[in-house]
Amino acid sequence: MTSSTALWYASRATGVVALVLLTVVVVLGIMVSRRGRLPGLPRFATTSLHRSMSLLAVAFIAIHVVTAIADPYVTIGIAAAVIPFASPYKPLWLGLGAISFDMIVALVATSLARARIGRRTWRAVHWLAYACWPVAVLHGIGSSTDLRTGWLLLLTICCCAVVLAAASWRIGTAIAAPGRALRPARALAAAELSSAELSSAELSTAGRQATDQRLTTAGAR
Amino acid sequence: MSMLAARVSDQHRSQDSQPLPRRAIPAGQSGLPRLLPPTAQLAAADPRRSLDFAAHLVRHGLPRFRGAALIEQAGAAGLTGRGGAAFPVATKLAAVNGAGRPAIVVGNAAEGEPASSKDAALLWFSPHLVLDGLQAAAEAVGARTAYLCLHAARRQSGPDLATHIRIALANRSAAGTDRASVELVEAPPRFLAGEESALVAIINGGAARPRDKTRRVSERGVEGRPTLVQNVETLANLALIARHGAAWFRSVGTADEPGSMLCTVRDPDGRVRIVETALGTPLHRLVWLGDDVQALLVGGYHGGWLAVGAAGQLSLSNADLRPAGAMIGAGVLVALPAAYCGLAETARIARSLALESAGQCGPCFNGLPAIAAALAAVAEPRPADHELANLGRWAGLVAGRGACHHPDGTVRFVASALSVFAGEIGEHSRGRCTAVRSDQFLPLHAAALSESDWR
Amino acid sequence: MSRETTRLRVNPIACSGHGVCAELLPELVTLDEWGYPVLSADGTVPLWLMRDARRATTDCPALALTLTSILAMPSGRGGLRGSSEEPQRPGRAGAGKVAT
Repeated sequence: MTSSTALWYASRATGVVALVLLTVVVVLGIMVSRRGRLPGLPRFATTSLHRSMSLLAVAFIAIHVVTAIADPYVTIGIAAAVIPFASPYKPLWLGLGAISFDMIVALVATSLARARIGRRTWRAVHWLAYACWPVAVLHGIGSSTDLRTGWLLLLTICCCAVVLAAASWRIGTAIAAPGRALRPARALAAAELSSAELSSAELSTAGRQATDQRLTTAGAR
Repeated sequence: MSMLAARVSDQHRSQDSQPLPRRAIPAGQSGLPRLLPPTAQLAAADPRRSLDFAAHLVRHGLPRFRGAALIEQAGAAGLTGRGGAAFPVATKLAAVNGAGRPAIVVGNAAEGEPASSKDAALLWFSPHLVLDGLQAAAEAVGARTAYLCLHAARRQSGPDLATHIRIALANRSAAGTDRASVELVEAPPRFLAGEESALVAIINGGAARPRDKTRRVSERGVEGRPTLVQNVETLANLALIARHGAAWFRSVGTADEPGSMLCTVRDPDGRVRIVETALGTPLHRLVWLGDDVQALLVGGYHGGWLAVGAAGQLSLSNADLRPAGAMIGAGVLVALPAAYCGLAETARIARSLALESAGQCGPCFNGLPAIAAALAAVAEPRPADHELANLGRWAGLVAGRGACHHPDGTVRFVASALSVFAGEIGEHSRGRCTAVRSDQFLPLHAAALSESDWR
Repeated sequence: MSRETTRLRVNPIACSGHGVCAELLPELVTLDEWGYPVLSADGTVPLWLMRDARRATTDCPALALTLTSILAMPSGRGGLRGSSEEPQRPGRAGAGKVAT
């Protein structure tokens, strides 16, 4: 195998790994925002893993880009890594890759500087993640036939399905969540309901013990 | 005074229409009224007379102290905010002035407290004093822009306060003495609308919700500029201090709490009076505390209940009221008739306060509803030991953990009720209620149903 | 010699009850029955918990935690001087601290 082929394989391989990692990062990010827990792990593991996986993804993307540029078989040019559509080879698909890469740089940079730039700015930029992932997938599908054949096609379909499911969950809970104006009313309805349960339990002939049991669960809710 | 009471009642919250309440100014208060027109004129009062700018200048004269000199006088006078928080005015003026950037002044008449109508009365009967104070404050902090925030007009019938103020402003612009421009803003009828950062948010075009206190309004407020927010009664007092000086201001009141205060007094028959009185006046001289009264609410719905016997011994001063679990607040005094159930009234108010939460801070929008539901159970004539235990726990859990003082004030109010109405709690636990009437005595806001109710 | 205390503070509006802080800093933070943080000891952070406190501050998904360094002057002056509020970044000792 020539060094050129090695570089070419390396680029394709790291690209596939990066896609999987980005999928994991997006799903973990959605889990953080919806306060989901990974089974058997504490809550801070979700945020920690999201952060470490994203840094790992950046590392793989960096190798992916460098090997692609270094490969002498096709001319891509250094600028094409960050400037969209600047590559002489497959400008459209590699351009999508550049766009995705730019967005990832923005996401990671703002996240590292989160404390400095403030919550609102950070959140506004972080919404780019929902745009970044599909653009990366399109880049992968269009740049080479890898993701369109065989096992890798299956992998791509799985990644898309997972992200679609997670995103639907995210949108679903966001729609169902009461806005600030309705939160007190919702909490009041819930409190009145639990208070009514308490009083009917007290009136029942089951006795004091049943009441105490209900109380503990109500208090812990 | 009767016309004043009736007009104010119709304009805002009371449902009463009977004429002629009782006493006007308590005896022994020389030099009063300061802010309101003299009593003799009020009996046949037409607020339109208060719009005459020339007559206003004849009555009060021209300001002597301006700018830095005024800040100094306000400090010597010990003027504190009349909106409820009683923060020293000179300190606020100095802070905004010291910010070094062009500032903005906001007059606060949002009056989110449902039982209070003194700010509206002041604007009806002494608009020029308030506007003078706005200009004086603007000059003191280097502001060229001022806003006056009014409570949203509830009823379309009858005279409109905004129009009244606009006429006053037009009369002043003819004289040409005002340097700062004044814009009228309508605040939504929310309990929290009068909170400093919530008011600034309204002016900035947002919802009437408090902001985090690390972003101080005196540094970054309206349009990101240093902003001075003062209650309109405070501004009126400032206008008078600008004319008569600190010693004059201190000639009524106590040494620690100088000056006068406008109080919204609700008598047991339901009638509302606006009373201007010196701080330190005994409460029994301000409100009827006879046998038909069971308790006195002092300070509004973030204040506290006092048993009628205890209230008879106390005066309108925080030195007396705070140790008793109440405070002057915005000067609301409500005499609860014995015919009503104090617990039921408190439960109704607590429910309203829970729904008035901005919904931003977890301990508040979860804790206050929990407290309200438990209180509703206590207010029923049945045993409620578990609810009482929960109330104690939640009170400790909720206070101090919000971005504003809504949870703290609500807890203070509820705690005072549990103390003052302890006898009634005992009766309820035995399945009885001593009340005769079950209708609502105290006014409440209509519940906010959607986001638009906050803008 | 002046004493410096660091205090942890929750921005109650930003906080949405993720509960990460309570896991990373259980000595200082417990969760109430609705999932929101309750700080013990007024939020004062002892030296041996500084690292954990900084981690909790950076890991909070809502960026609702801040660490404030307050410099207390010696008894003569009796008061607080120079407080800065900046979320702490890992690896830095604390913004606004005056070297003594």
